[in-house]
This record gives sequence, C-alpha cells and structure tokens, in this order.
Amino acid sequence: MNRPLRRVGLACLVLFGLLLLQVNWIQVVKAKDYRNDPRNRRVLLRTYDRERGPIVVGSGKNRLAVAKSMVTTDALKYLRVYPGKEAYAPVTGFASFVYGYTGIERQENSVLSGDDERLLVRRLSDYITGRQVKGGTVELTLQDKAQRAAYNGLAGKRGAVVALDPRTGAILAEATSPSYDPAAVSSHDAKGIRAAYQQLLGLTTDPMTNRAVQRTYPPGSTFKVITSAAALAHGYSPTTRIPSPPVLNLPGTTANLGNFGGEHCGDNKTDTLLDSLVISCNTAFGALGMKLGQDVVRQQAEAFGFGDSSLDLPQPVAGSVFPTDLTQAQTAQSSIGQYDVRVTPLQMALVAAGIGNGGDVMRPYLVKDVLAPDLSTLGKADVKLYRHAVSSSVAAQLTAMMVAVVARGTGTAAQITGVTVAGKTGTAQHGPGAAPHAWFIGFAPAVNPVVAVAVVVEDGGSLGSDATGGKVAAPIAKAVMEAVLHP
Amino acid sequence: MTSFTLPKPPGRTGRSAELVLLVFAVALAALGYTAVQVAVTGSPSGGILSYALGLGVLYGLAHLAVRRWAPYADPLLLPCVGLLNGLGLVMIRRLDLAAAESARQQGKVIPRADAPLQLVWTVIGVVAFVALLAVVRDHTRLTRYAYTCAAAGLVLLMLPAVPGVGATINGARLWIRVGPLTVQPSEVAKILLMVFFAAFLVAKRDVLSLASRRILGLDLPRARDLGPVLVAWGFSILVLVRENDLGSSLLFFGIFVAMLYIATERTSWLLIGLSMFLASSFLVYGLFAHVQRRVDTWLDPFAYSSGNGYQIVQGFFGMGTGGIFGTGLGEGSPGTVPYAKTDFIVAAIGEELGLVGVMAVLVVFLVVVARGLRAAIGCRDSFGKLLAGGLAFSMGLQVFVIVGGVTGLIPLTGVTLPFLSYGGSSVVTNYVLIALLLRISDAGRRPAPAPVSPAAARAQLADAPTTVVRR
Repeated sequence: MNRPLRRVGLACLVLFGLLLLQVNWIQVVKAKDYRNDPRNRRVLLRTYDRERGPIVVGSGKNRLAVAKSMVTTDALKYLRVYPGKEAYAPVTGFASFVYGYTGIERQENSVLSGDDERLLVRRLSDYITGRQVKGGTVELTLQDKAQRAAYNGLAGKRGAVVALDPRTGAILAEATSPSYDPAAVSSHDAKGIRAAYQQLLGLTTDPMTNRAVQRTYPPGSTFKVITSAAALAHGYSPTTRIPSPPVLNLPGTTANLGNFGGEHCGDNKTDTLLDSLVISCNTAFGALGMKLGQDVVRQQAEAFGFGDSSLDLPQPVAGSVFPTDLTQAQTAQSSIGQYDVRVTPLQMALVAAGIGNGGDVMRPYLVKDVLAPDLSTLGKADVKLYRHAVSSSVAAQLTAMMVAVVARGTGTAAQITGVTVAGKTGTAQHGPGAAPHAWFIGFAPAVNPVVAVAVVVEDGGSLGSDATGGKVAAPIAKAVMEAVLHP
Repeated sequence: MTSFTLPKPPGRTGRSAELVLLVFAVALAALGYTAVQVAVTGSPSGGILSYALGLGVLYGLAHLAVRRWAPYADPLLLPCVGLLNGLGLVMIRRLDLAAAESARQQGKVIPRADAPLQLVWTVIGVVAFVALLAVVRDHTRLTRYAYTCAAAGLVLLMLPAVPGVGATINGARLWIRVGPLTVQPSEVAKILLMVFFAAFLVAKRDVLSLASRRILGLDLPRARDLGPVLVAWGFSILVLVRENDLGSSLLFFGIFVAMLYIATERTSWLLIGLSMFLASSFLVYGLFAHVQRRVDTWLDPFAYSSGNGYQIVQGFFGMGTGGIFGTGLGEGSPGTVPYAKTDFIVAAIGEELGLVGVMAVLVVFLVVVARGLRAAIGCRDSFGKLLAGGLAFSMGLQVFVIVGGVTGLIPLTGVTLPFLSYGGSSVVTNYVLIALLLRISDAGRRPAPAPVSPAAARAQLADAPTTVVRR
C-alpha cells in the first residue's frame, strides 16, 4: 500500500501547490485592484480614519475654513463639513464616498488626504511615533467679503461672477448661482447622499455646474472691447470715425443687423470708436469687424486666451471660442459677441484684467498656498504671465474708453463714489424668444486696478426680456468691486 | 504509576523535540494574543498571562499523555496542531473584538464572545485526545467495532435531516441541537466512517484488487464489487440533496475513493470514482438552482458582489488589502467579511498576517498531512496504514476544499478549516483524528522487538507445534 500512499501524498502536494498559487494571485497580483476597489469598505474606513485637511480663505484674524473635518462617534471617524456652504460650493466641491470628489476637494485631494508625496517624510515619522496621520491645508486666494458679495448679488438668479486681481491673476471671487450645500452629498449616510444627489441632478437649473469656469455663454457686447482692441492695434484711435449706419446690411444674406432698441449711433453715418463703445453701437462694430477681417479679430481674442482649453486653476476651465471659417455676415455678428462666440465668465474677467494691467494677462490661480499639517509651506502659487494681449498704449486707450462707458454710457450703474471704474456691458441674445443674458465686465480703480470682474446673469435674471447688462449685471459687479476696494 | 515517573522508553522517541516545539507554538500564540490586545485595546491586559498559561498547561498535559501512552509517536504532529489551534484562538478573539467594536458604534447589544467558548471546546478536544490515547492502546482493536462505527456514523450523518432534531443554519441542514448548543455531527461521522472504511476495505481488499475484467486496456472491477462504491456515492448524494451540504458530500466521496485506491492500488477505482463524481456534479448542477447559483458565483464573483458573491468578494478584498505582509494583527478590518470566524477565517488571516501568514498556515497543514502519510507508510499493518492514510488525506482535502473555496479556486462550500475555524464539533473531532494518527505512528515507529538469532529462530520453529491457520 506504500506506493498509492506516496501518490496520495503527491496529490496533496499538488493540491496545496494550487492553493499557494491562488493565494499569491489574490494577495500579490490582484492585491492592488482589491485594495483600491470602491466596493472595498476598507478604502472608506482608511480614508475617513484620517483627519482630512481644511480648505481655508483669508489670513490672520479673517482666516476662515470653508471646508473641514470634524470628529464623529460613528464607524467613520471624521465627517466632512462645509461652513462655506452654497457660496463656496463651486470652489470647494464635495467629498463623497458615493460620488467621489469634485472641485478643490478633487484637485488637491492628495494634500488634503495626507497622501501627497511631499508629506511622505512626515507620514513616516507619524507612523513611527504612532501620531495620527493628518491631511495638509489648502489656502485659497478667495476673499470672503468679495465672495459673499458675488454670491449674494446673484441670489435668486442664474449666473456667475468671477473677480480677480489683475496684477497677479489671483482669483478673489468665484461664485455661481444656484448652488448647493456640499454637506448633503458628503455625509456618512449613503442613502441620504444618493437621494440628495439625485434630487440635485434632477433640477433643470444645474446647481452642481460651476458656471464661472465650466459653462460658456455668448458674450454679447462685452466682446466689443476685444474688437476695439483689434482696431486700436491696427491703426485706429478712439477718435477715429467709423461707419455707423442705422441698419447694417449683412452681405450674402437677406438679414440686417440693427441697434439695441432701434437707436441711432452718431450722425447715423459715422461715429467715433470711443462713442460707438460708450453707447454700444452694434452696426458700427459689425462693420468694423468686417473691415478688420475675421482673422484679425480672432487673433486678438486668442491673445486674451480664447482657444485655450488647458487652463487649470487647478479647476479645469472650459475653452472660450471665437469661431473659424466665417462668412462676412458671420464675422459682423461675431464682432459684437453673437453668432457662435462662446466665453466663460472667467475668460471675460481675464479680458478686463489684462486691459487693467497694461495689456498683460496674468495666469489665473485659485490656490495660494499648500501647507503641511504643521503649517509649514509645501507649495506656493507662482505668479506668471499668461498672455501679452495688447500693448500698454492700446491698454491705456481701451481703459479710457471703458471709463467713459461707466461715466456716461451703458454702464453707469457700476459707478463707485470716489473711484474711477472702467467697464463694458453686454446684453447677449441666445435663441429666439429667450430673454438675453446680462453681462458686465470691468475693473477698478481705472489706474493701477486691484480688482477686475466679470458678471453674467442668465436670461436677464428677474427683469427677463427687459434686462440689459447695465441694469442687471453692473450692480453686482459694483458690489463685488466695492468689497475688494473696501475690505 | 503516575505520569510523572515515566519509565524511559528505549531508543529515540523525539519527545524532547516535541516539547521544545510545543513551547514555541504556545509562545507564538501568546505573542499573537498580545499583539491583538495591544492593537485593539491599546494595552497588553485582558488575561494574556492566563491565556498563555492555560494553553501551556493544556498542551503540557497532551504532551505528557503522548509521552506516557504513545512515546514513539511522531513529534511534529502535536506542535503543528498546537500552533494552528493557538492561532485560531487568537483570530477568533480578534474577530470578537471587531464585532464588539462594531456593535458599540451602531449602538447594538455586544454579541457573545466566541473565543472563551472555543477555548472550552479546545479543552474538551484535548481531553478526548488524551482519553483516546489512554483507552485505545492498539489501533487494530478498532476493527472489531467497524460495523458499530458504520452504523453510528450513518445515524449521525442522517440526524440533521430528521425533523425536530436537525437545525438549518445559513441554508444548510447539517447541525443538530443539543440543548443550547448546535453540533455538526457530520464531523464526527467522518472519523467513524473512515474507521469502518479502513476495516471493510482491508477485509475485502483481495477481491476488490484482484478480481477484474480487462476492458479497453483498463482493469475494471466486477460489477458486483462496485456495490460499496455505489453505496458510498449514494450516501454522499443523499447528504448533498437532503442537507444541502456540498462540502461534506465532496469530502466523503473524495475520502472514500482515496481509501479505495490506497487499499487496492488500482488506478481504475480512481477513474471510476472521478467519473461518478463528475457525472453527479453535472446532474446536481442541472437539477438544483442553488448549486447553479453557487457555480455562477464562483465563475464571476464580482458580478454578484452585492448578492451571493458578497462574502467571497469581501474575502478577496480582505486578502488583497493584506497583501504580502498583512496589515498586522488587530490593524485590519476582517470583521467586514461575513462568517470570518468559521468558513472565512483564512481570509481574516490573509488580511492581518498577509500572504506570508496564509502560506505559513498552509505549510503547517501540509506538514500535518505529510507526517500523517508518513505514519501510514511506517505502519506495519494494513488497517493502520489505510486508516492513517485516510485520516491524513481527509485533513488535506478539507483544507483544500475550504481554502480553495475562499480563494475562488473551486466553488465555495462550507466546511471548517481544521483547528482554526470556530466550531466545537470540528475542534474535538480533529483532536481525535490527530490522536488516532499519533497512535498509529507510535505503532510504526516503535523499535522492533530485539531480533532473535537465526539459529535460535530455527530451534524455535523446530519446537513449535503445527497450528491451524485460520483466515
């Protein structure tokens, strides 16, 4: 019986060999997949076992956490809370174990979670000393007062506000409306999270879309600033008289281009470039665009950042577009910010900022500092030139024209006592029957500005089809600029 | 004569090596217990000393019993068992703490701790171990009780199917209620039936191995000799169908075929057994929805990750998270796998002790199986050989069935991992199994009586009267 016994031994050896192979397959080959599978509850427990770092704005006495972690008594040790609520939601995003992370919670996740490689040494020492591993802090460039002014200004409307420091590109306000409370989708209750998320998703107002950087709109008359810049760079001056017929025939079509409310510009034949901008004359800029040609206008738009879809705040920014292969008629319409021109509110804020900053558009950024848990600095934002859009003399001429717009044109609602404000309104039509989008872009003070702003209110806000950029958007822009000027 | 004044048996016994290894095993278990205690509660309290002392005394007694009643037995078996059982107690303790913590967080009543109960079962197991060594001095005497064993085994096997006695737990009807406890009689039946198989096959081995017809180049047994195989097969199917116990059914049939093969040395029995097993597998697969579900889950557990595959997928996650070195005792979340204390204890070990821990456990099991087969080869009588071979193989097959099931190598069937899983009947039965192996190994390793000189032998033969040889 010894021979079969030895064979049985051999069979057992084979069986155990198979087991050893299979265990190696699971614990070595597939280990990484299993360890990080979202269905693996351990991932969750590990994530929520650590104190996730806060997202803060302001400094010193005004330092304010807009997202932070709190100790709980349930299985997941830390709960993410959002004191910044709806006003900061488009910036912070949410940290949900059901729907993942968005906004800064996603972009700066490695620092906030403590997994960033810059925190490696510290994590090692924490591990050895048995100290709880913590996440780092993300400091935003936002100013609380400006952010509140922006969000409150949009209250009850749909739209977005972006304000930035023209000298550095630091974003001072980035608000979108309607918004949502990130806490609802960042709780520990999966059922509640799903219900809240599905409810938000079902709303036609898209509260979870960051309109300031992710949605594009027709810019309307605010685009005339860019057309003006192209003209000034090509031999025009503010006093150059340009054709301004009551109605502009669009070549190759039976359609005409008229002025807002059927108004007349200048002497009904010509008007100065300056006055055309002040009263926002459509026929004059349509004709000007055709005269300059689509390529000149497009190049000027691109010099301000159009066509770049790789901008990262670190939030990804949708690209703004000036269309290509235009007919003369389409060029005329595009030169007044209609047809297929599409911009993000951030892009229009960059246009205002570049003009205010002597023609240099600074690269926009949202994260000022990244700090380790012991508050030592891990990384600082670089202030960098983004685009040289226009020469300083053109910038100065444009500034003077925009000052006139606010002083005696369509943008008077943005005037601030004791401060010279430069700006441009826009009332962008989008589709027949729909109320126009109300726009305002501008900066203050006109010389050496500290704030540039862009405001869009969808469908004219509460004024509907009676809305203009001057009536609806300019007051919001004024409030935000005042918040920065008088902190 | 007390155990403490043992006469020194002549020759090498290996008892000192056994003692050293046992001390090592107990120390390792105590270390694991301390690690769990420190990691989970933060302080090395909680009766570590009494745990270590208790285990020490327990295995000390077992060791003395072996010294007294089986002095030549294999010195590796008992320490291996001690190591596995000690580790099992540590893991069950660790899972108790996890369950208590999770209940505390959810504001529920803290469930009963299983580790103390398992310790009681271990004590009972060691008592049974000592008793068997003391009572059964010669394993061949067991052949006298072969048919008693068979009857008792079959009754135990069928008991859970009897209404009023049996209890259905997790869809399988393989428990019986004895007062407050539930006992799994198939575990006990397994050993009783193996004793019967061994005795029966040794008695019938000539017929089974010689009488044959040659068909297609294979020596096939006569049709009427197929009787016993058919009965065993029928019973395994019955168990499967009536009690919904895939694991036990597979084990019984596998053990029987292996023993038949060892007894007859005929490969044709293996082929017949294997084809019967395959045929019945297909039949059962076609007939029963729950078997189909189980196979589907095995083929793609992630497709059923929130349903039937939940347990196995959670087991994968645990083992994957553990990786090569594991999270460390008390540092993982083995409590997220359902039934981690019983069927899935290997997943808990894989998570906290890593690949290294699981491979170590498998190697220790392999050592037990190898030493068991070694005992079979060393044994001088056929019954002992066959019984030891069957017992050793049954241990190996059981480990393969459950670890293979948990790791997705084969469809999952619920059987315990010997000595590690929580479960009284399993622990006690496996101690009896090891005691039997030690008994047989003692017989095989015992030095032969002093050789008689050839001349004297001849003289003895010349003087001997003729005897009637009875067969």
